[in-house]
Amino acid sequence: MNLAYRDIRHKLGRFLLTCVGLGLLLGVVLAMIGIYRGLVVDALTIARAPAVDLWVVEANTRGPFAEASRISGDLREAVARIAGVTAAGSITYQTVEAEHQGGKLRLYVIGYELTRPGGPPEIAEGRDIARSHYEMAADRSSGLTLGERIRIGRRTFTVVGLTRNQVNSGGDPAVYITLADAQKLQFELAPPAARVQLARGTSSSSLNTVNAVVARLHPNASPDATAATIRRWKHLAAITQDDQELILSRSLVDRARRQIGLFTSLLLVVSAVIIALIIYTMTMEKLKQIATLKLIGAPDRTIIGMIVQQAMALGLIGFAIGATLIIGIKDYFPRRVVLEPDNVAVLGVIVFVVCLLSSGLGVRAALRVDPATALGG
Amino acid sequence: MAEQESDTPLVRLDGISKHFGEGETRVDALRDVSLEVFPRQVVALLGPSGSGKTTLLNIIGCILDPSAGAMELDGELVLHEGQWQRSDLRRLRLEKIGFIFQFHNLLPFLDATDNVAVVLQLAGADSGTARRRAGDLLDDLEIGHRKYAMPAKLSGGEAQRVAIARALANSPRIILADEPTAALDSKRAGIVMDLLRNLAVERDAAIIAVTHDEKIFDRFDRIFHLRDGRLADA
Repeated sequence: MNLAYRDIRHKLGRFLLTCVGLGLLLGVVLAMIGIYRGLVVDALTIARAPAVDLWVVEANTRGPFAEASRISGDLREAVARIAGVTAAGSITYQTVEAEHQGGKLRLYVIGYELTRPGGPPEIAEGRDIARSHYEMAADRSSGLTLGERIRIGRRTFTVVGLTRNQVNSGGDPAVYITLADAQKLQFELAPPAARVQLARGTSSSSLNTVNAVVARLHPNASPDATAATIRRWKHLAAITQDDQELILSRSLVDRARRQIGLFTSLLLVVSAVIIALIIYTMTMEKLKQIATLKLIGAPDRTIIGMIVQQAMALGLIGFAIGATLIIGIKDYFPRRVVLEPDNVAVLGVIVFVVCLLSSGLGVRAALRVDPATALGG
Repeated sequence: MAEQESDTPLVRLDGISKHFGEGETRVDALRDVSLEVFPRQVVALLGPSGSGKTTLLNIIGCILDPSAGAMELDGELVLHEGQWQRSDLRRLRLEKIGFIFQFHNLLPFLDATDNVAVVLQLAGADSGTARRRAGDLLDDLEIGHRKYAMPAKLSGGEAQRVAIARALANSPRIILADEPTAALDSKRAGIVMDLLRNLAVERDAAIIAVTHDEKIFDRFDRIFHLRDGRLADA
């Protein structure tokens, strides 16, 4: 006779309600873990999108994401000729706000050369940019649809392709346009400003400016050695892909990452305390019954088994509810929630351990119950 | 009223004493209590509050350590010079003693049958045998028609009958009852006491009950009074 199961069945509604409450709490913990992971993944997405080995940026900067970087677009040819480099492409990054469906839409505009590294990693729907001007591949999270036209700066672009999960570290959806369009958007002065500059006798700055040149290397080439070669040109800095990812994860989103990480840890501690309290309270409510069981001769293992099994059932069902809930709704969050199986498994193990430790408190209380308390009123 | 006594007592207490605290705070709950209860006897322990009735019942039930004395249960010396002679007192209770409580103390998450069967299963019976025997016991106590009822659905008298069935499940020869009729009206109290008397005879058992219930005094073979920890045969 399984006493734990019988007791649960006797108060099934209350037990399930407790499980749902615990499940919601664990769901929040899972969501926070997912948001934490999503933040890091989002931060790395744009840097990983061009699938390159080296980032050439302005000297003494850690651009183009952590710091501003402006270099001449001509440098792409110079980088492409370095030994070990198989392909190089100029690239620009810029955040803009556009009017869309009566509201403001923040977009992370990436300008790239159509036949060179720097473009979208994949087109989920539609096609890649084929024309030199005014075409755009946008991320689905922007809400833009194929064929839609949107005005950015002084020009109107047509959405010809849709990408997936391409957002910057702030969560703004990325849109890809040609480098020429991006340079005009970023560096071309508006006609009145240009006229003022002309009147002052100041030449307007060159449009052929980019934020970085990205390079793919031959498999046998060393990114560090190639970066060292480029750094010898004093006006440039070179960052390997690994270093770029480190900058993004440790520097750009570091505070946000730590903030969410700390909050997640606090939530875990709160969850552990709540689980412990629930299990302890469940046991305390049964002290008279436990005393009766002891009095009629039940061995300690029967009583321990009852408490531990109930704690495990509570943790397991609560965790299953929480995990199912978050996996079901994670795609509706405004920012990406990334839940890998290992995240879920680790939280599962934590819940298991917490339940086991919490049941220890209950077991301790149960074992200290004097069977004589079953006698009398 | 008393049945023919056999020569060997089922409960024999010899010089049992129990004190709480030491020095100025010392309280002597029991002083040199000796008692013999024979098979088929139904014995009452009376006394005012704090006289030591429950303390004595707890010692006979092996749930409280006495300070001194010796005790034999069903012919086995279980206490000598204030020291338990067995380490597995819970097993001893399971095998030799049945308990009946003032408020029946049925496990609320088990139905009537399982409340009885759980004792049998704790003693090693398999589930089927335990449930079958529990059903038979409930039938014997004329409560078989309520065998699937949960304790919350049983009346006070019905619940007490199930509790008696549970106390009898492992066929103990010593039954300790703590105010077994306190929660019942006079009619039901009389029925329960008659039932216990019949069981004592049928099963060759001894029943020791702590009670204040004057309306059932005539159902006891012997009545002992406890005053200031001392036992007197009334």
